[in-house]
Amino acid sequence: MITLGHMLTLSAILFALSVAGIFLNRRNVLLLLMCIELLMLSANFNFVAFARYLGRLDGQIFVFFVLTVAAAESAIGLAIIVVLFRERRSIDVEQLDRLKG
Amino acid sequence: MLPLILFYSFATVLVAAGLGVILSRNPVHSALSLVLCFFTSAVLWLLIEAEFLAIVLALVYVGAVMVLFLFVIMMLDIDLEELRRGFTRYLWLGVLTAALVVAEVAGVVLTRKLGIDVTRGAAPLPEGYSNTRELGALLYGVYAYPLEIAAMLLLVAIVAAIALTLRHRQGLKVQNISRQVAVRASERVRLVKMDSEDRK
Repeated sequence: MITLGHMLTLSAILFALSVAGIFLNRRNVLLLLMCIELLMLSANFNFVAFARYLGRLDGQIFVFFVLTVAAAESAIGLAIIVVLFRERRSIDVEQLDRLKG
Repeated sequence: MLPLILFYSFATVLVAAGLGVILSRNPVHSALSLVLCFFTSAVLWLLIEAEFLAIVLALVYVGAVMVLFLFVIMMLDIDLEELRRGFTRYLWLGVLTAALVVAEVAGVVLTRKLGIDVTRGAAPLPEGYSNTRELGALLYGVYAYPLEIAAMLLLVAIVAAIALTLRHRQGLKVQNISRQVAVRASERVRLVKMDSEDRK
């Protein structure tokens, strides 16, 4: 029988992986966005698991809204990346230092 | 027993695909690993009977968002070697943070002070229970107002994405359709009256 502990552990592993990914791929904006998607997926895992094991559906509604926000975020993020690439011919985070004082 | 076997096999695939996302050399491979992540997550959500969200995840995420990601990755001409430089410099920090997060969550889960028993299975659902119908009743009942805000948010996202990437290039030869439609014969054809001339 799949318990709540199983789901929470899996979600924690996924969360840790995506946090490590943000550190590893900190120069590539595209991979940063993907790691954030993975991070939100792991958070959604917790919502779904708690909704199921506590017998209340509100958690699943929250996942629905998180998916909406994540879709909007990735659409705008990718648009920003496209504009950035047109301007700088690169998506390296370390070169984005124009605002540095 | 079978659900547990399925859970462990799909969880293994999910973690492996997650590793693929963060460790691949090629962003396209990362994106495809992320697609695999979303698919296996959908299967796992099906296993704990969240059917509607599983389908939404597969359709919206794999079908729309990840296709957008792949589209952008393939459209941009990225210098991969340049971006990979210094990949291992902060590896220790990443591993440390990941280990810390796992330890913290494991501590919370294992000490069992949440007020709920995490080793308990979910209560079986009643006969004829429809996840989608229940979610729909909540979504269009209690959460109707947040749902409209979410719809507004998506509209804002569309407008923002288009406004960001729209550009007017100078010197582009395009048709002006409205001028073409509004044109009259008198503007195009000039009738000239003249006397006939003798051929020499």
